[in-house]
Amino acid sequence: MNNKAFQKIYTQLEGITKATVSLKAKGVSNDELATVDGRLAQVVKTKGDMVTLQIFGGTEAIPTDAEVVFLGKAPTLKVSDQLSGRFFNAYGDPIDGGPAIDGEEREIGGPSVNPYKRRQPSQLIPTGIAGIDLNNTIVSGQKIPFFADPDQPYNNVMAQVALRADVDKIILGGMGLSNDDYLYFRHEFENAGALDKIISFVNTTEEPPVERLLIPDMALTAAEYFAVDKNEKVLVLLTDMTLYADALSIVSNRMDQIPSKDSMPGSLYSDLAKIYEKAVQLPDGGSITIIAVTTLNDGDITHAIPDNTGYITEGQLYLRADPDSGKIIIDPFRSLSRLKQLVIGKQTREDHNQVMNTGVRLYADAQNAKTKLENGFDLSDYDLRCLDFAKEYATRLLAIDVNITIDEMLDTAWELFGKYFTKAETGIKQSLIEKYWRS
Amino acid sequence: MKSTGKVTGIVSNLVSVETDGPVSQNELCYVTSGDTRLMAEVIKVTGKTASIQVFESTRGLKNGNPVEFEGKMLEATLGPGLLSSCYDGLQNDLTTMTGVFLKKGEYTSPLDHSRLWDFTPIAKPGDKVIAADWLGEVKEGWLPHKIMVPFAFEGEYTVKSVAPAGQYNIDNVIAVLTDGKGEDVNVTMTQKWPVKVAIKGYREKPRPSRIMETGVRVIDTLDPIAEGGTGFIPGPFGCGKTVLQHAIAKQGDAQVIVMAACGERANEVVEIFTEFPELIDPHTGRHLMERTTIICNTSNMPVAAREASVYTAMTICEYYRAMGLKVLLLADSTSRWAQALREMSNRMEELPGADAFPVDLSAIISSFYARAGMVVLNNGQTGSVTFIGTVSPAGGNLKEPVTESTKKAARCFYALEQNRADKKRYPAVNPIDSYSKYLEYPEIQKYLSDTVEPHWVEMVEKAKNIIRRGKEANEQINILGDDGVPMSYHELFWKSELIDFIILQQDAFDPVDSLTPMDRQKYMLDLVLGICDKEFTFEDYEKCRDAFKELINVLKQMNYSEFKSENFNKYRTELDVMLETLVPEIEAA
Repeated sequence: MNNKAFQKIYTQLEGITKATVSLKAKGVSNDELATVDGRLAQVVKTKGDMVTLQIFGGTEAIPTDAEVVFLGKAPTLKVSDQLSGRFFNAYGDPIDGGPAIDGEEREIGGPSVNPYKRRQPSQLIPTGIAGIDLNNTIVSGQKIPFFADPDQPYNNVMAQVALRADVDKIILGGMGLSNDDYLYFRHEFENAGALDKIISFVNTTEEPPVERLLIPDMALTAAEYFAVDKNEKVLVLLTDMTLYADALSIVSNRMDQIPSKDSMPGSLYSDLAKIYEKAVQLPDGGSITIIAVTTLNDGDITHAIPDNTGYITEGQLYLRADPDSGKIIIDPFRSLSRLKQLVIGKQTREDHNQVMNTGVRLYADAQNAKTKLENGFDLSDYDLRCLDFAKEYATRLLAIDVNITIDEMLDTAWELFGKYFTKAETGIKQSLIEKYWRS
Repeated sequence: MKSTGKVTGIVSNLVSVETDGPVSQNELCYVTSGDTRLMAEVIKVTGKTASIQVFESTRGLKNGNPVEFEGKMLEATLGPGLLSSCYDGLQNDLTTMTGVFLKKGEYTSPLDHSRLWDFTPIAKPGDKVIAADWLGEVKEGWLPHKIMVPFAFEGEYTVKSVAPAGQYNIDNVIAVLTDGKGEDVNVTMTQKWPVKVAIKGYREKPRPSRIMETGVRVIDTLDPIAEGGTGFIPGPFGCGKTVLQHAIAKQGDAQVIVMAACGERANEVVEIFTEFPELIDPHTGRHLMERTTIICNTSNMPVAAREASVYTAMTICEYYRAMGLKVLLLADSTSRWAQALREMSNRMEELPGADAFPVDLSAIISSFYARAGMVVLNNGQTGSVTFIGTVSPAGGNLKEPVTESTKKAARCFYALEQNRADKKRYPAVNPIDSYSKYLEYPEIQKYLSDTVEPHWVEMVEKAKNIIRRGKEANEQINILGDDGVPMSYHELFWKSELIDFIILQQDAFDPVDSLTPMDRQKYMLDLVLGICDKEFTFEDYEKCRDAFKELINVLKQMNYSEFKSENFNKYRTELDVMLETLVPEIEAA
C-alpha cells in the first residue's frame, strides 16, 4: 500500500467506537479505502465534512491523533494467473511467504451480470457422494450451502467435494476458520497435488472479525477473473457464512442501525444475495459455482441467517448424524438441489429420476415404521423390510464417505430394491424394471 | 428552471443533497460522479436538504458532486413494443445493453424507436375525445394495441386530424388534437406516465364478476381468483412458490402477462427467458413470449430499484387495461420490495414498526393492491388487471408484518405449507387455511352457477368440508391407532385423501395434468364427490385403504390422459367397474 506523493494526512480523530472512527476530511468518496494508524479502513458514511471509517482490524489502541491517509480507491485485488496455488489474507496479501502478485488491479464487489446475458446452468458436477450426485445433483453455475451443526465435519466434506469436482479452479474463501481447519485445508490441497488450481483467501479466528467482510468479495473477484476472462469453470467454497453474517451484524450495530430479526441488519438478504448471485453460467462457457457452509444453531433453520440463505440459494444440503448406521449422512428429506432436474436423466442414466424418488420414498416409509415402533404399535413385514433397507441405504448411499460413480450409485440402489422389496412395492415404471431389476 | 444541488452526505445509497431551488417529493434527479450519471429519487425533504435514494451503487460518490433535478417523477415509457421485452426495474431494456456486466449509469431506451408499426385509425376528425380514448391501433403480435389520448391530457379535446392507415414509428405524429383554448397538440404512439400514480382514464371500477382461469385446480376449483381480483401466495422457501407462479404465468387466461421478478434469483428469470420463447399459449396457440413482459430486478441488482420495479410493472399493466385487455400481473416476491423499504427507512433513521419495517408498510401494500381491478372504459368496454403476489415470510412464519399487511389487502390467500411440500404434495397449497373471498360475492356465485354448473359453490364447500373432517379423523387415527377408531373414521380419512390426490395435487411438469380447463375440473369434481357420497362398508381398515389406493391410482391415470380421449374413457370404465364391485357387494350383504 504505497502512499502517493503529496497526499494529505489527517491527524485529528473526532470519535472512536469499537469498529469505526470519524474525522473531518474533504474530497472523500464513498467506499474509499484509507489507512488509520497503518490499519486498513473504508469510508462507510459521510455527512458534511464528517467522515466515518470502518476499521477492518478493529480500533484497539487507536489514538485520537492517529495518522489517516485516504487511498483514493475502493478495495481492490490484483488478478492474473499468478494467483493460482497461493494463499492470501482478507486484504489479498500473500500469507504463504511467496512473492506479491503482479496483475491488473480490480475493484472487488463489482457489478452484477446482466440477467439477460446469463445462460441456463446445464453441466453436472459429479462429487462421488451419492447423497449429492444421486439425490441432490449439483450443476455448474449453481449456488448451494451445506446446513450443518457446528460439530459436524462440514469442512472435510467440502474439501472432498472440491477435490473430486471436475473444475478448472477452486477458490476457497475461509471466514473465521480455526487455525487447525486452515491448516487442514492447506494440507488436503497440497496432498491432492492439485495446488496449482487452488486459490485461498483466509481469515482465521485469530484475526479481527470485521476483516471477514472482505473475503467473499476477494474470492469472487478472483473467480470472475478466471470465469469471465479465461472462460474457466470455477468452484468457490465459502465457509462459514454464518460467521460472515455475524460480522455484518457487528458493524451495523456499531453504526447504530436498527436490527431486524435475530439482531441481524435489515439488509441481510441483499448482503447475502450480492455474494451468492455471483454464481453464474456465462455465455462463453465459463461458470462460477458456489458451495457454502451455513452453520446452524441446534438445527434451527428459522433463524434469520439460514432462512435468508434458503431464499437466495438454489437448494441446501443438510448434514445429519444417522444413529442407525452410525454415519454422517446427507438428509434426503430436507436437502434439495433446485437445479437437479436440468441434468437428471439428461446427463445421467434414464432411470436416475425414478430410482432417486423411489429410494427416498422407501426411506420415508422406514421413518414411518420407526415412528410406529416408538409409539408401541406392531410392525408389519413390510415395515421390517423398510427398516433393514433404510440402514443399508444410509450406509451405502447416503453416507458422506461414499465415493462412487453415478452409474454405480444407481446399480447399488437397484440391488437394494431387489434385496428388500418386490417389483410392485417399488412402483417403478415397468420398462425400467425389465431393464435394470436385480434380484 | 430545473433545480440543482450538491451532495453533502452519503450512507450507502441514501444521499443528502443541498438544493438551490424547489424540489418535490419523489422527484427524479441525476447525480454526476466522474463521467457517470446516476439516477436517484427524492424520498424526504428537510429545509434545503433533500434525501435521495440512488438507484445504483454509490461507490466513488463524493460530497460536492453535482445533482440535477428533473422536475418530474420516475416515469414509465408506454407504447407498442412493450410485450416480449425484458426490462430492469427502471425500465431499461436489458437485451440492448452491451457487455456481460451491468454498467453503472448505463440507461437504455425501453422501446425501439426505428421499428415501424401498421397503424389503423379509429377516431375521425371532429370527434370529441378525453384522456385514454382510442385514436387508432397497431398490431402488436396478435394483439390490437390501442394508441390512446395520453393519460396526462386534461379536459376535452377535438380531433383535428388522424394519420391515414400506414406504417409509422413510435415518434411519428399520428394525430393532432385541439384543446379547449384552440391550441393544437401532437400525439405520437408513445407517452410517459409516473409509475407511482395509478392510471385513471376509465369510467368506473365495478366489483369483479367473473373468474380468471389459471388451469390450476386448487385455485380454480377450491379458491378461484376473480378477473380483476387480487391474491397472494405466502410460503417458506422450497415450497414451490415460483413453480406455482410460473404455472399461472404459462396458463393464466389473460391476454397480457407482466412478470415482475423482484429481488429473486437470477436463474429463475433465465428459466423464463429460456422456456417462454419455446412454449405455446394454450388459449391462442401463439408463443407465450408474445404476450409477456418481464421486469426483472433480481436480488443482486440495486436494492432501491426493487421498489420501482413493481410500480413500473403495475403501470404497464394499467396501460394495457386501458386498451380493454385482460391483464395478469405476477410479482415474485413482494417481501423483497418490503425489505428494500425497510433498508431505506432504517438509513433515514425513522422510528421502526414491527420487525424494523416502516410503520406505513401496510398502507403502501394496500394502496398498491388497490391498483388492480376490473374497469369499465370510457367507451363502455371492460379491461382488467388481476394481481397475484408472492410473499416470502421470514422463517416460514405467517405472523410477520409483510404477510399480515398483505392479508388485509389481498382477497385470495393461497397458503403454501412446508408439511405438504415435504410430502411432495404439490402444489403445496393448504386447502384448509387458504381462501378466496370472491366465493362470497353474489356476482361470482351467479357467474359460477351460470357458466360451470348450478350449485357449484355448494359443491366446493362440500369438498372443503370433507377435507376438514378427513383431517380430524386422521388425527384421531394417529392418536388412538388404526384399530382404536370406528371404520367410518378410516373411510372419511380416505375420502379426503381422494380429493387431495385427484383435485388438489397436480403435476406442474406433466403436459396434460399441468393445465386443467374448467369443464374438466367440473367433470372431475363431480366424479370425485360422487364417490365421496357413496356409503362403503369395509370389513377392516386395510381393505378400506387398499380399495381407495386403487381408486386413486385409476383417477390419477385419468388426470394424466387427454380429456375424454380413448385412454381417459378406458380408465373411466375401469373406475366404474371397480365402484360397482365395491358398493353393490356391500348392499347385497
